[in-house]
Amino acid sequence: MKFAVVVFPGSNCDQDAYHAATAVLGQTADLVWHKDTSLKGADVVVLPGGFAHGDYLRTGAMARFSPIMREVKVFADRGGPVIGICNGFQVLLEAGLLPGAMLRNRGLKYRCEHVHVRVEHTDTPFTCAARQGQVLRIPIGHGEGNYYAPSDVLERIEKNRQVILRYTTPDGRLDDGANPNGSVNAIAGLCSEGRNVVGMMPHPERACEPLLGSTDGLVILQSVVQALAPIGCEGPFARGGGSQGPALQTIGS
Amino acid sequence: MIDQQTLERHGLKPDEYDRIVGFLGREPNITELGIFSVMWSEHCSYKSSRVHLKTLPTDGPQVLQGPGENAGAIAIGEGLAAVFKIESHNHPSFIEPYQGAATGVGGIIRDIFTMGARPIALLNSLRFGSLDEPAMRRLLEGVVAGIAGYGNSIGIPTVGGEIVFEPSYSGNPLVNVFCLGIAKATDIIKGVASGVGNGVYYVGAKTGRDGIHGATMASAEFDEKSAEKRPAVQVGDPFMEKLLLEACLEVMKTDALVGLQDMGAAGLTCSTTEMGSRGGAGVEIDVSLVPQRESGMTPYEIMLSESQERMLLVAKQGREAEIERVFEKWDLHAVRIGQVTSDGLLRVKDKGAVVAEIPNRALTDEAPVYRRPMETPKYLAEAQALDLASLAPASPQLTARDTLVALLGSPTIASKQWAYRQYDHMVQTNTISLPGMGSGVLRIKGTERALAMSVDGNGRYCYLDPRRGASLAVAEAARNVACAGARPLGATNCLNFGNPERPAIMWQFAKAVEGIGEACRALGVPITGGNVSLYNETDGRAIYPTPVIGVVGILEHADRVLERRFKVSGDVIILFGEGRGELGGSEYLKLAHGLVRGVPPALDLGRERALQDLLVGLGADGLVRSAHDCSDGGLAVTVAECAFGTGGMGAEISIEGVEVARDPRTNEAAALFGESASRVVVSVQSDRVTEVLQRASALRVPARVIGETGGNRLRMAVAGKVVVDVSVDEAERAWSTAIETRFAKKVA
Repeated sequence: MKFAVVVFPGSNCDQDAYHAATAVLGQTADLVWHKDTSLKGADVVVLPGGFAHGDYLRTGAMARFSPIMREVKVFADRGGPVIGICNGFQVLLEAGLLPGAMLRNRGLKYRCEHVHVRVEHTDTPFTCAARQGQVLRIPIGHGEGNYYAPSDVLERIEKNRQVILRYTTPDGRLDDGANPNGSVNAIAGLCSEGRNVVGMMPHPERACEPLLGSTDGLVILQSVVQALAPIGCEGPFARGGGSQGPALQTIGS
Repeated sequence: MIDQQTLERHGLKPDEYDRIVGFLGREPNITELGIFSVMWSEHCSYKSSRVHLKTLPTDGPQVLQGPGENAGAIAIGEGLAAVFKIESHNHPSFIEPYQGAATGVGGIIRDIFTMGARPIALLNSLRFGSLDEPAMRRLLEGVVAGIAGYGNSIGIPTVGGEIVFEPSYSGNPLVNVFCLGIAKATDIIKGVASGVGNGVYYVGAKTGRDGIHGATMASAEFDEKSAEKRPAVQVGDPFMEKLLLEACLEVMKTDALVGLQDMGAAGLTCSTTEMGSRGGAGVEIDVSLVPQRESGMTPYEIMLSESQERMLLVAKQGREAEIERVFEKWDLHAVRIGQVTSDGLLRVKDKGAVVAEIPNRALTDEAPVYRRPMETPKYLAEAQALDLASLAPASPQLTARDTLVALLGSPTIASKQWAYRQYDHMVQTNTISLPGMGSGVLRIKGTERALAMSVDGNGRYCYLDPRRGASLAVAEAARNVACAGARPLGATNCLNFGNPERPAIMWQFAKAVEGIGEACRALGVPITGGNVSLYNETDGRAIYPTPVIGVVGILEHADRVLERRFKVSGDVIILFGEGRGELGGSEYLKLAHGLVRGVPPALDLGRERALQDLLVGLGADGLVRSAHDCSDGGLAVTVAECAFGTGGMGAEISIEGVEVARDPRTNEAAALFGESASRVVVSVQSDRVTEVLQRASALRVPARVIGETGGNRLRMAVAGKVVVDVSVDEAERAWSTAIETRFAKKVA
């Protein structure tokens, strides 16, 4: 299968996502320039981390106007799997592909460190290989990851089971001290109503190889490989959770 | 007509003016005077330091590029080169901490990618006054935010460094930034202009009035009026630089490029003259073609502006379109502003009319060189006198245990997580040793290898003995690299000193350079480049002489990397090297006695080399599980740090006593907190101990089993008596919260 990694001017995790897709997962991938108007037949789209257009306005506010975003929207509307990581998540919010907005971190400082997130639902193409309740240790690196949505929106996305990752303690408990940025409901990752568009602040591509200190991010990227494989995860993205897919220990080791 | 006041404003001396008239055969106009003033400034010309720098070792089979280019380069195997340099941005950071530090980062990154290398790592070495001063907290906060703001955005991880707090830097903080990039050894690009008729192109941000005279500012002392110089500090745009970085690296692949140079200090002036001078050619430009941000700028202002994120390049004739196309893709516009000539002159025109014409060599090779007078500083004899025998006992309440906790909580020793958590240290997914674990270590994708790097300096040591202090800085940086299991290969230096026109300062400088040279020769790490920052004084008070050394080393197998933390309970702790209870210039002496006195620890470079060879061998063969060097705070602090971040795993050690004082408590402290050099603490699986000790003995490195990991306490015995017994929890809390706590107090 083929990944398309979109490159905005100012993206800086594009090469990392490309490396994870190709060298680690063994898939093919294209770097797609933001002025392009074709996703070149990709099966999955990655909006990588970085500071698209410098993010001098709101994060992601300029990137949504890039020509490639029209194609991304069409791809998403057709049910294609799209993941926005960090700045990519911010772009998805600005583009209206996911609900809500980002505020500056609670401490008003950029934070880069490993955090723990709990997988809430496994019926998305990016969590279907995980166990429900599985706690992943994955790094964050952002200054604006304080997720916010008004209460009615929040109520809706919780009801629709769209919150797929929450910041927790290492043993999976919700705790304010484990929330690195003040996100409402400790939201670290979100999916669309159609469940195929996912945004997350932690960087799974930074936790894919033993040398980097964690391989917990693999499950996110491996999920989409499984979801699109001929057999796939059980059901449409293994709705209902509980699906574990093949053991992940075999990957990349 | 140039009058005395104009000369002074340009920082030029009357005899220097006479020289200018001699070169030109006439009086210079104001534009030419401005050009001379920046090129002959200390910052650009190294006029006070050059005679000393020439004595440094710069050769070695691994050296691909020594000093003189935008950065140095060493071969790291598999056809690859590590391109690296360290630079200071002290003066701007004092005046405007955020932008000063940010543009420091931007400047050093440009130096690296200008060489054709993709930057993969940043480190920094920072010095401030006491954190108890509100002004210092503000400076630290601004500098760290500036480094983060630039590095994070451009996507180069900040993987390590050091932060030191010392009253000596209160009026003049130091911000030294190191960057390293990777290139194919055969693809290194140089900053040359050659080939008569080749086009000279300008690309990047537009030129504004910011930073005019930045180089001159960096060549003068500070006083209470310095804040008025704020307009001389530039404003950084990391997004623009990210575009430039990607576009330049893409342009270099086209083979249509002759040379490339960033516009750093002295902007367009420096880049045109240096490129011409290196290529043995002349450069002619027309300033009216230079993209400008403001209207009505004079040729003088355009030539002297230090606006950031600008590059100058020379294109091969007939291949210009290829280069222009790449820049267009990145929404950058390469503009032709002139061409290479054969006459060796820098010729500046304004709408066709010549406004300056100066021989390149007058600005570069023929710039003044001074052998400034030197004398031993008056303070030295008294400062070096430390009579431990008659030292009054530290306050009776201060036990060895409490001293350890206090040292761990002193900001210089304490964890710097508060700072590095603000830096993206993982982007590019190469970081295999996180900040705070020792050296910065990055794997090199596509190979089995990794690079380790460390920046170190100790101003207090250099104040007490600049020669030995500088040698110790080289030794410590190389030792840190070796503690990661990497073989040190090359070094870069950033020399921060006071006013060189004062003979005592010049003496400090000369001695420090001698010390660096001696250590670099002995440890096999040639200097490949660096930077000199003089005039670090405010109101006539100089900083401690502070050479900061960056060392880069190679690890053949990335997965064999070592870091400081103990790994397994029940492992044996071995100390390499000998503690002699040396307290001169130590953290202990400052903390417990309020003294900065004595002479820094002795350094036997042969032993140091053997220790480093031993570590590299042990790491490669997987014989040790952790390694951490003894520096500030001595052995006790080192062992404690090995226990931090392990989830509370403790250690029990027992060491020999030393007899350096009459007071038994001072002797105890000397054994625990003395800072004898060339020592490393390793942890070893018990069945490997014999082999490790044999290997040490074969290299004549003193080695001794001093204890075992395990439990949840730090227990330390001196001469058979337990004098420290503290829970890892308590010690770690003191260490990990020290800096944050000082910021919290501010709010309360």
